[in-house]
Parts: sequence; structure tokens; C-alpha cells
Amino acid sequence: MSLIEITEVRKSFGANEVLKGISLDVDPGEVVAIIGKSGSGKSTLLRCINGLENIDSGTISVAGAQLQPDELHLKALRLKVGMIFQQFNLFPHLTAGGNVMLSQMVVKKASKPEAEAMARKMLERVGLAHKFDAYPDELSGGQQQRVAIARALAMQPISLLCDEITSALDPELVSEVLAVVRELAAEGMTLMMVTHEMKFARDVCSRVVFMHHGRVHEIGPPAEVFSNPKTPELKQFLGML
Amino acid sequence: MIEFSLWDILRNLLLATRWTVLLSLVAFIGGALAGILLLFMRIGKRRALRLFAKCYVELFQGTPLLMQLFLAFFGLGLLGIDVPAWLAAAVALILWTAAFLAEIWRGCVEAIAKGQWEASSSLGMGYLQQMRYVILPQALRIAIPPTVGFSVQVVKGTALTSIIGFVELSKAGTMVTNATFQPFTVYGLVALIYFALCWPLSKSSQILERKLNVAHRNH
Repeated sequence: MSLIEITEVRKSFGANEVLKGISLDVDPGEVVAIIGKSGSGKSTLLRCINGLENIDSGTISVAGAQLQPDELHLKALRLKVGMIFQQFNLFPHLTAGGNVMLSQMVVKKASKPEAEAMARKMLERVGLAHKFDAYPDELSGGQQQRVAIARALAMQPISLLCDEITSALDPELVSEVLAVVRELAAEGMTLMMVTHEMKFARDVCSRVVFMHHGRVHEIGPPAEVFSNPKTPELKQFLGML
Repeated sequence: MIEFSLWDILRNLLLATRWTVLLSLVAFIGGALAGILLLFMRIGKRRALRLFAKCYVELFQGTPLLMQLFLAFFGLGLLGIDVPAWLAAAVALILWTAAFLAEIWRGCVEAIAKGQWEASSSLGMGYLQQMRYVILPQALRIAIPPTVGFSVQVVKGTALTSIIGFVELSKAGTMVTNATFQPFTVYGLVALIYFALCWPLSKSSQILERKLNVAHRNH
């Protein structure tokens, strides 16, 4: 059975239809890269999956949790999918440790020692155990993004959505973040990532989705999509890179 | 004719200053409490409350404080309610302060990046949890300098209450002038006392602003 089920999802911003009926199923442990031009709807699709955007029609479910607009359903869904953002979005008034602890204590009602133990474990997993007491503005972009990953992991989601997580990073910091994602993939985490890192997508992903004008235009294993694009749009897109 | 020494004048003015300080404190504290209530209405999810708070703020920001004082003092009198000057002054200033503080604070809450809401949502937090643990702690920091700065306006605003007969510093100045016929000395002293009250406030606002803004450090 699929872990993430997206069926006939439509979404408009005003008169502009951004998603024109997207259907996509993701199996447990799959790593799916979503590629496409800006404005093709790839980020919107990701944001719809955990309810940051409301969908106009269609259904989305993650491990049985349906996307519904009320707070209770959203919370249940969001405990199953973590999200990592292009701009990190760490809480600037809390330390790295505090960032990872907060939602465990507030949402899952974990005790402080429990949350702290989990936070230390997760920060160690992303290689930042020594930065527990550092504030976000004392960290590099790559380190901030890794804290954001630790923060999402501490909620023990069964899948992660990554929205262009390396696009705001200096080139030399990209690899440290991708290394963490690669490890997660190897451990069997289900990942959906919007990315411009084609080499990474080719090496790590099990499937690549090419979105064009709000539709899934082409989909397949990376070897096929990258080496043997079928549609002129994908050929053109890959040629641009 | 009785001779008044400078000390006589100053002593009377300082005694009246107590009432200016007290009225300022009442207006600021009362206004802050009412302002918090207005803020939550203004940024909350209930449309009717949002609209109410918006109209309230626009009404009080769009009319002179003097008119608000007149309405509180004479308007309630017309309805047969006998309002003492101090009560009218306190009520009008509280309502006026609440409108401005609510608007200042709304700006501070809205200055918090959208990503903070999104990140906390995606971690499963509800609206009140987001407010309590993520948004307000950050908004509070940026709210301190403009809030302290606005307190200066409150102190100076109390001067208007002299017109409806509340005896604070300005009213006392007028009364002392009528007795001594030394308007320049008296009003000069009045101005100095106001300055002594307001300058430390605006100075501390500047210091806070610099302290909290250093290289966008948020801690």
C-alpha cells in the first residue's frame, strides 16, 4: 500500500490554476524528486501535502491520515509528515537545542528531559551535537538547515517533505546538507523533495517527477527520465541545465 | 500684593506633577491591558471581532484626543451621568492609548516572518501554541522600543485633560500663572518638568532600539 496518496488534486490562486489534477502515489521508503521550472507548481504540491495550502478538490492522505482543513486533522497529518524549508525557518529566539525540543514538549507533551535527550540524539545524527547551545544566527546556513532537519526528525515523522532545501545555501555548504538527506534515504525514510540538484536526484532518488504547467508531465526512475526524456518539454528543461 | 518665590511656584507645580504621573500610569497600564485584548481581536480568526477592532482603532486614531475627552466628559453628562473630570480623563486616555498600542503591536506581530508560522504549523502546533511559544516571544522584542516611545505621547497627552478641569501639571501651571502673573517663569518650569518626565523615556527607547537591533541579533 502507498504511504502518500495524492488523487486528482487541484489548486488555484485566484484565476491562476497552479495544480491541474495531480495524482501521485509514493510507497514507503521511496525517495521522490520533483523537478520542473519555477511556476510549474512543484512547491505548491509539496505545501499542499501537509496542509500549508488548502486544496480546492481532490484528496491527499499520508499513512491513513486524511488532509482536512480543521486543526485536529491537520495536526494528525503533520505528525506523520515533517517539512523542511528553503529558508530554514528556525526559531531565532531559541538555541539549536531549544528549536528541536520545543515542538516535542508543546505538541507531544514530552517532558523536558525526554525532549532534551531526543534533541541531543537528533542533533548528533545531523553532526551538530556540539552546537546544542548555539543560536541560529551563530550557525552557518548549512548548519541551520541541518538543525531544521533535526527539528523535523525529533517529531518522528514517517516521511519528510523537502522544499528546495539547498537553494538558499552557498555552494560549498550544499554537500553537508545533502549528505544528511542521503543518509536518511539510506535508512529508509520516505522523502519527497523539490530540488534543483539533478546529480543528487539521479544518485539518490528512486523516482523522478517532472512537473510542467501544473501537471505531472513525466515520471519514472532517474536513469530513464534523465537519459531518455520522452517529451520535448523535459528535453528542453534538461537542456537548460 | 503677595510675593511668590520661585520655590513657591515650583513646589505647587511639583505637587500637581504627581497627578500627571498618576494619570499617565493609569492610562498606560489600562491602555496596555485593553490594547492586548484589541490586538487579539484584530489578528484573531473571528471576522466580526477583527472588524470591530479595526473600526475601533481607526476611530480613535482618526479623531483628536481633545474631542475624545470632550465626549467622555460632556457626552456622558448629557446622558445624565455625572462624570468627574478625573474619571473622564482616565477613561478617555485609556481608550486612546489602547487604540495606538494595539496598532503598534499588530505591526510587531505581522513583522514576524511567515516562515515562522509555517515552520511551527508543520511541526503540529496549534494557533495558540504558535502564538505563545513562537510568535509573541519574537514580537515582544521588537515591540519594546516603539511601546516605550509611545509612552512619551501618553505623558504629553495628559496635558489636554487640563481643559476639562482635571488639575494636573498644565492646569496647575495656568492656576499658578493667574495668581503670580509670571507666565514665562511658570510655563517655562512646566515645560521643564514635562521634559524631565519624557526625556528619560525617549532616551531609553533609543537605547533599547539600538540594543535589540544590533546586527539583528535576536537574543
